[in-house]
Amino acid sequence: MSSSFSIYRVGISFVITCIFYKSTVDSLPELSPQKYFSTLQPGKASLAYFCQADSPSTSVFLEELNKAVRPLQDYGISVAKVNCIKEEMSRYCGKEKDSMKAYLFRGNILLREFPTDTLFDVNAIVAHVLLFLNKNIYYVTNSIYGVSTNYICVYFIKYITTLEDLQNIENALKGKENIVFSYVRAIGIPEHRAVMEAAFVYGTIYQFVLTTEIALLESIGSEDIEYAHLYFFHCKLVLDLTQQCRRTLMEQPLTTLNIHLFIKTMKEPLLTEVAEDPQQVSTVHLQLGLPLIFIVSQQATYEADRRTAEWVAWRLLGKAGVLLLLRDSLEMNIPQHANVVFKRAEKGIPLEFLVLHDVESIISHVENNMHMEEIQDEDDDMEDPDSDILDIQDDEVAETVYRDRKRQLPLELTVELTEETFNVTVMASDSLVLFYAGWHAVSMAFLQSYIDVAIKLKGTSAMLLTRVNCADWSGVCAKQNVTEFPVVKMYKEGKNPVSYTGMLGTEDLLKFIQLNRISCPVIITSIQEAEEYLSGELYKDLISYSSVSVLGLFSPTMTTAKEDFTEAGNHLKGYVITGIYSEEDVLILSNNNAATLPALLLARHEEGKIESILLSTHPEITVENLPTYLRLQKPLLILFSDGSMNPQYEKAILTLAKQKYLDMFTPCWLNLKNTPVGRGILQAYFDLVPPLPVLVLVNLHSGGQVYAFPSDQAITELNLISWLKKLEAGLENPIIESQNYSVIYGLQNGCCVSRRDNINLVHLHQSSWVTRYTVNEQLYFERKFFFSINVLSSGFCCSALFIRHRQSKLSIILEGPRIFGMVNEYHWLHHVSFQL
Amino acid sequence: MGLSAAAPLWGPPGLLLTIALHPALSVRPAKGPAPAPRDYCVLGAGPAGLQMAYFLQRAGRDYAVFERAPRPGSFFTRYPRHSKLISINKRFTGKANAEFNLRHDWNSLLSHDPRLLFRHYSRAYFPDARDMVRYLGDFADRLGLRVLYNTTITYVTLDKDRQAWNGHYFILTDQTGQAYRCSVLLVATGLSVPNQVNFPGSEYVEGYESVSVDPEDFVGQNVLILGRGNSAFETAENILGVTNFIHMLSRSRVRLSWATHYVGDLRAINNGLLDTYQLKSLDGLLESDLTDLAIVKDHEGKFHVTLKFFLEENNTNQSADSITLPQDNSDNFAMRVAYDRVIRCLGWNFDFSIFNKSLRLNSGNPFDTKYPLIRASYESKGTRGLFILGTASHSVDYRRSAGGFIHGFRYTARAVHRLLEHRHHGAAWPSTELPVTQLTSAIVRRVNEASGLYQMFSVLADVVLLKENASAFEYLEEFPVLMLPQLETLTGRKARHGLFVVNMEYGKNFSGPDKDVFFHGRSVGYTEDAWQSNFLHPVIYYYRQLPTEQEVRFRPAHWPLPRPAAIHHILEDFLTDWTAPVGHILPLRRFLENCLDTDLRSFYAESCFLFALTRQKLPPFCQQGYLRRQGLASTQSLRQHGVESRLLRDYAAMGRHLEDSSQRPGNHGPVGVPPDPGPPAPVQSLDSNKEEL
Repeated sequence: MSSSFSIYRVGISFVITCIFYKSTVDSLPELSPQKYFSTLQPGKASLAYFCQADSPSTSVFLEELNKAVRPLQDYGISVAKVNCIKEEMSRYCGKEKDSMKAYLFRGNILLREFPTDTLFDVNAIVAHVLLFLNKNIYYVTNSIYGVSTNYICVYFIKYITTLEDLQNIENALKGKENIVFSYVRAIGIPEHRAVMEAAFVYGTIYQFVLTTEIALLESIGSEDIEYAHLYFFHCKLVLDLTQQCRRTLMEQPLTTLNIHLFIKTMKEPLLTEVAEDPQQVSTVHLQLGLPLIFIVSQQATYEADRRTAEWVAWRLLGKAGVLLLLRDSLEMNIPQHANVVFKRAEKGIPLEFLVLHDVESIISHVENNMHMEEIQDEDDDMEDPDSDILDIQDDEVAETVYRDRKRQLPLELTVELTEETFNVTVMASDSLVLFYAGWHAVSMAFLQSYIDVAIKLKGTSAMLLTRVNCADWSGVCAKQNVTEFPVVKMYKEGKNPVSYTGMLGTEDLLKFIQLNRISCPVIITSIQEAEEYLSGELYKDLISYSSVSVLGLFSPTMTTAKEDFTEAGNHLKGYVITGIYSEEDVLILSNNNAATLPALLLARHEEGKIESILLSTHPEITVENLPTYLRLQKPLLILFSDGSMNPQYEKAILTLAKQKYLDMFTPCWLNLKNTPVGRGILQAYFDLVPPLPVLVLVNLHSGGQVYAFPSDQAITELNLISWLKKLEAGLENPIIESQNYSVIYGLQNGCCVSRRDNINLVHLHQSSWVTRYTVNEQLYFERKFFFSINVLSSGFCCSALFIRHRQSKLSIILEGPRIFGMVNEYHWLHHVSFQL
Repeated sequence: MGLSAAAPLWGPPGLLLTIALHPALSVRPAKGPAPAPRDYCVLGAGPAGLQMAYFLQRAGRDYAVFERAPRPGSFFTRYPRHSKLISINKRFTGKANAEFNLRHDWNSLLSHDPRLLFRHYSRAYFPDARDMVRYLGDFADRLGLRVLYNTTITYVTLDKDRQAWNGHYFILTDQTGQAYRCSVLLVATGLSVPNQVNFPGSEYVEGYESVSVDPEDFVGQNVLILGRGNSAFETAENILGVTNFIHMLSRSRVRLSWATHYVGDLRAINNGLLDTYQLKSLDGLLESDLTDLAIVKDHEGKFHVTLKFFLEENNTNQSADSITLPQDNSDNFAMRVAYDRVIRCLGWNFDFSIFNKSLRLNSGNPFDTKYPLIRASYESKGTRGLFILGTASHSVDYRRSAGGFIHGFRYTARAVHRLLEHRHHGAAWPSTELPVTQLTSAIVRRVNEASGLYQMFSVLADVVLLKENASAFEYLEEFPVLMLPQLETLTGRKARHGLFVVNMEYGKNFSGPDKDVFFHGRSVGYTEDAWQSNFLHPVIYYYRQLPTEQEVRFRPAHWPLPRPAAIHHILEDFLTDWTAPVGHILPLRRFLENCLDTDLRSFYAESCFLFALTRQKLPPFCQQGYLRRQGLASTQSLRQHGVESRLLRDYAAMGRHLEDSSQRPGNHGPVGVPPDPGPPAPVQSLDSNKEEL
């Protein structure tokens, strides 16, 4: 399966020298390459981000990098932004995509390069850098308060994936060293950073073991596997190798501070004997905010008391300090029957003298007294991520309409029809009726365009613009056979309404209304009229709405052909202008245009000449016309151009097209000025918008690969031909392997790109009406994929990150009806596991 | 059998039986030339009979309604005794939607004629029964329903015939001995036989059907009422002010309709006695099993309550005064006072007497005589082709939904009609086929306006049958939900690819005679708590295949349906307006997405354009809209909101930025495309989202 992913599995221990460096500089220094390399000190680690000098000074990455300056300095690692200026190019300045990288140096030796997408936030930056340094033998100079000392921290950090690994480590360290074992859900998340930081501090004392395998966590018997876990394995005490190391689970959330506190309590002796006033006793526990438990002992029962106290101490490890209080040698008075004294960490709270008869009640007393805080924490946790997520709208139409709800539309420009007025109105005048529902977002989005049409037509059109809210007048809508929203119908003389099937937007609807003013097809009665018709003179005011004018030429005897044409004209009504000419002298027209009867003449008005095909050979692709070209089912050869096209290129393409080189493709171009969303497409292809123009071949219909024309070649006929030949021969590598991402729609409401083997929704019903779902997912992410999500996220890239791959299992368990609302990117980012 | 001498208006059962037997004997030999069969015969021109007749008429079917009275709705000429209907006549809702308004119109029948709405017949919120009679008369006349008035069907039997639709004809005989042959029999005769309980002294008891309604007759009297339903309280309400006191005796505790959410339980309009009882005004409620009691009349003509047990032990029961009374042993016995009147208000039973035993309408169990035995499809369990409509069909949802009342059975009649249309005329259950992109809005529309779902909650439910690959669906309205296993044969629709059932429900533990429905926190307001909704709210069930009969029969207690693959509660709403974009529609859409493994969001054309060029599979909204050249264009202001909400990106601004930087000197060509600051990286954008929240 995917065990080969485990590149973190480093079973060898490393000797690491850390040299701490404290700097007063907290902000991100910006240096030139030369300056930067001159500042590098031997043995000192430095993280540098190389970018172009003129790149913006603010970007998400830079902000995060800036945040990482301080924490990394704490570990002796300096951070810098290096501005590549033209005069002094460094090889690290890279080309194109490489310019996005950050580099980790020791001295002036490159240790590692990080694509910035792996360093997606401050936690990821710190975790990755520390992670890498931990894995390597590494010398750092430590200068604190100006005093330079070199000392060596030797420590182990081990990444494991199986229980066997863990057992091996455990066995190896029995009687020697304690282990801090932690599970984090993913590399790079805050918990991971916290563990790495702890490892940096305590790695010399304890063996740190890290896993991201949920199965491993399960196998050591953890419940509640949704969260990060940290265990302390008391292996040093174990003398008998067959014995298991005792384990203490850290119950607080994994933060740097909590881990620090936890490990500190582990360092404390298990049990201390005291013979002084408990009020005066102070241990590390109190400083850490943990209570103290005194087991009151007497000479006579000392042995038993001590055993009890030890037992209690084990149970309360990490939660409270346990001491054995020897009553006999005590001067102060302890109430006669009290056998336990409870001392809270808060100052000024009196001691509690308790009579507790068994270990359990002592423990529950301690836990109950800690309980208050915990409950609050839990509540916060529960509400925080989940309930927020329920409310996050991820439907762009619904959200934008909702945000726009308070804007007053000039609705009065359209007539609102009711049950009573509907029939009268549509009978009385030619009417356009919009059927919509007030609560339906798509309807309401379109209503805006509809009102825009009304504004544009105000006072000029004979067509009455009306609307029916089907949420109120469901009867009217049902009678008009409206079962979905929105629907636009045109009623002429109240009969045979024509449904509008064009794009739900102002322009297309306007065109539909305007073109409906004339009958279709128009009957042309003279040659002169036909010429005028073709030249656009005849319907001057309408030709801007129709890309072509169609003229059917028939001899008067061609009855069926004429009927067919008339029917087609009726269908095209509202979309293009059609005309028919079938007078006796029709031959003159057909001869003039070198056509034989029956003939169709198409006039494109922009170019003022008559062409015989509807689709252009090298069209400009727009949002509106792409579907038409997609129907050709051919790979698209798209030139992305910022502004109008280079005429040389167009010439090359047209020549190639004429020579039939491009028959397998739909050659087209995209003007980013007219279709800005093209930038989004380029980003999806190239990660970053490449220099323009750029030529790509998009094979959507089979395979989904995207190929880019080499950017170092000029787009000439010859180069194009050779590129196309290479493509055909399979010699070119696609820039995108396949867009065959099966989309995990629904689960995360995102159309996210992920390859997926199977989705298995297991549904278990509880009698309490709580539904529990387990989503088992097997996902194999590419780096590319993560990158695209991280950088390109624009609302629809999603949440696929919720699912961990490897070992085929990760379950996100959500309770109850929450399942239906839980998912979005944010939520799932917390469940990320990815490999680079 | 105790003859009720006090009920001369009503054919006492014994008498009726003899009348019924007579024609039966006389007709059988005279069967001879069989009359031409009618396709549909409807018994009774009450609301249910007329409703069915309407549907048959509209479908152009061969049918006749048989009514013994000269006009429709004869029940309402006599009942309720005090003439006030307790079905609400809500004339104003503030909404124009006619379907929605039927949710609050409990009296109208369904028709296409807006004049035939009950609000045109009465202005009273609790209308007079005479208005109902007038309404039903108009309904039959205006729609031209074929009703044979003054035709009393006295006997119904079967005639086996292989040619018949159901393998037999129903032979109906009227009071003149004329016989009618029917292929399908639709019985809408209601519950017409007063329920009587036999106990010693029951002969002293007056019945609801005949007791005086003049309060003057009760002045200064001690009254005992047996029963605790609406008729009992209605009777009490009428005389409350003139009696010394009223005691009300019944087997079990009073069931308040606002606690049980069942309209047949005691309605607030009738519950004045509860008020006076709890405010210590001598009136009172008692619980005891009537069959254990006996009533004895003393020498003054007053009635004493005693136990049947005492009568049996006292063989010489000649002298009422010598009979042991409970107070003789237990001197504080509650009913130790003597009563002047005892009134029986114990409800009604179905009249089985005219049906031949071979129809097997009842189980034969003497304790089970209220309703005929029927299936959830309203067809008799014993006889194919015999359907029970109206009040008599209430066994399906007794004490749960509204099937025993006009506002409920008008829909069940329609459901029966649809089943018949498919069974006998090959017309599949009406449905609308829509693309999957319309799924969310189809459900939202129905839960917000459908009256059948609302009134017949948990009995009739909408069914969404998915097409292959969940690309489209068929929407079937108001299907009898317990017939789900037989859906394919009953409707002629196919359910191969999974289905949703849209049902309305109260919270599981909300309704009950002993429930406090006003408890603090009874309603929930957050989507994550939607499953704990208490008030009537839509619940969507998802099944991968039709549930089996086994699954339906052994479904969990109190569940309207067997366990689904997934379930979704739409959060209850105070206004019953389930159109909140985030509170209602968004969670519903996500549920549907989860079930169907698809993306049901809507996208602007620009987004679809991007998808079309960057991936092979598009969300259905883009496939079914944009790719068919019907994309949704955005407007300037919407686009702006989209960018603000970060659901859309401002590509133009992104371009502008690049332009600016490329104009700077010293930048040549491809080397240095700076990181693009335009789109926010997700971590940041989501973080900031969170902060906003």
